[in-house]
Amino acid sequence: MAVDDKTLTTEDNRAFEAGLDALEMPALLPRPGPGVVFVRSVLPPLVAVVAFIGLWQLAYSVELKPSYALPSPRDVLQTFSQTVRDGRAVDAISISVSRGALGFVASLAVGTVLGLAMWRSRWLRAALGPFVSGLQSLPSVAWVPAAIIWFGLSDAAIYAVVLLGAVPSIANGLLAGFDQVPPLLDKVGRVLGLSTVGRIRHVLLPAALPGYLAGLKQGWAFSWRSLMAAELITYSPALGIGLGQQLNIGRELNAMDLVIASIVLILLVGVAIELLVFAPLERRILRARGLTIARSR
Amino acid sequence: MTHPALQPAATSRPPAGDDQTVAPSASVRVTQLVQVFERDHPPVLDRIDLDVGPGEFVCLLGASGCGKSTLLSLIAGLGTPTSGSIEVTVDRPALVFQEPALLPWLTAAGNVELALKARKVGRHERRAGAERLLTLVNLTGQGHKRVHELSGGMRQRVALARALAQDSQLLLMDEPFAALDAITRDALHEELTRLWSKQGLSIVFVTHNVREAVRLGQRVLLMSSRPGRIVREWRLELSQPRAIESPGVSALATEITHHLRAEISRHGR
Repeated sequence: MAVDDKTLTTEDNRAFEAGLDALEMPALLPRPGPGVVFVRSVLPPLVAVVAFIGLWQLAYSVELKPSYALPSPRDVLQTFSQTVRDGRAVDAISISVSRGALGFVASLAVGTVLGLAMWRSRWLRAALGPFVSGLQSLPSVAWVPAAIIWFGLSDAAIYAVVLLGAVPSIANGLLAGFDQVPPLLDKVGRVLGLSTVGRIRHVLLPAALPGYLAGLKQGWAFSWRSLMAAELITYSPALGIGLGQQLNIGRELNAMDLVIASIVLILLVGVAIELLVFAPLERRILRARGLTIARSR
Repeated sequence: MTHPALQPAATSRPPAGDDQTVAPSASVRVTQLVQVFERDHPPVLDRIDLDVGPGEFVCLLGASGCGKSTLLSLIAGLGTPTSGSIEVTVDRPALVFQEPALLPWLTAAGNVELALKARKVGRHERRAGAERLLTLVNLTGQGHKRVHELSGGMRQRVALARALAQDSQLLLMDEPFAALDAITRDALHEELTRLWSKQGLSIVFVTHNVREAVRLGQRVLLMSSRPGRIVREWRLELSQPRAIESPGVSALATEITHHLRAEISRHGR
């Protein structure tokens, strides 16, 4: 029995639905042009750097400290460009960055395996969780004396310190990533009939990626810091001169310009890796998920 | 207050095998199902009997706490009942949740393709299949969009396309339109009715919205809460498609609401 006279035809409904879609589609902000990016993101830190150097110059001019303790920006720039010209800077960077990269890759492997094992085994997590979290807050420089006693003044000692610094962050980051996966998504994987491996590969790992990446970022920061601490303390001709060792030479020679130039170099490497490696990776991962923080205005 | 188009069945059990739609080849047969989560509490589901025939559209209606979602999860194979049995004649039922539950790192098409991948469909057919399924839910050419670029109604249609990609004859839906606005819900009712009649699916649709149940179902089963039981059943003889504001739907919705309210009021005493 036909009761309905107001029923829509299929065609009507398709047009109706298409109209709804057009009205309700979330509005996406257009990507800002290069000029806007410059004014918003590049200019402010440049202004801050110029202002900082200005203050420094002022402190130098009024002789806040004797000039051997507080050299002028110009002196530091000269030392800096000298270390660049005679190849010391490049050598130190390549020694430290290759150590840092190798140490980070090793930490990545160990930390990921540890994180996965702790995620799979409730017992292991209960047993190791507090220690891993505790290690995360232990300054890794505390390991340097122990590492030197175990491994002598060698690369092994440096890598031991780097690993102890970075592994806990990476393992914890992976765990946090897994913990934050909404249970509903795993249910979806089961409903679709994915195997256990398929669920890990297609649902859990991609869902955990933002947390894992945050752990990697922190892991890199920790391994870079640990590396500098280790290089600063372990000095031996066999080890070559990394950035930390160059910094220590500056201290021993009482050459504040070399000390500041080395600090700036360490900072620059850290910023460069953040900007060239992690920032683009993070942007890609977050943008794909629609998680980029909405710009205020 | 009964509308002439309806045959209210006041039985507390669906009559077994007295009708050709509830044939021996039922898509789902639930027998004496009991689900207890905590001891010393009334069972969440109590001696549920439910048959869903091939191509049948059944709505499970009830207030919160009646265990309707639990029943659906059990049919979907996401849990084990305390006692009783569930027979499902298909390999794997498809399930649509209240939230679209799309994977946010994939595109709309990528989400549909994942369901095809789980069925070991080849790469080329996957792409074509996803496009075809998205067209089926009126999302032609939107496959490249990310989840966050779609409206709520569009997301739920992608979820529907993903469920259809499972190529199961049994579609389970757990309040799939509850989070949508009334206008969008209207459009999706229409879409679902069309898909149901075109694809010959058996659908078990869980809702707490009486009009929605009457708008969509061939049978509406009313469940009580704590313990969850099927207490009443209506067999609808309204033709599809039917509009949610039509007099036939209104009349039956009024009657069912009356029973639902009486059922809920029992708990206040």
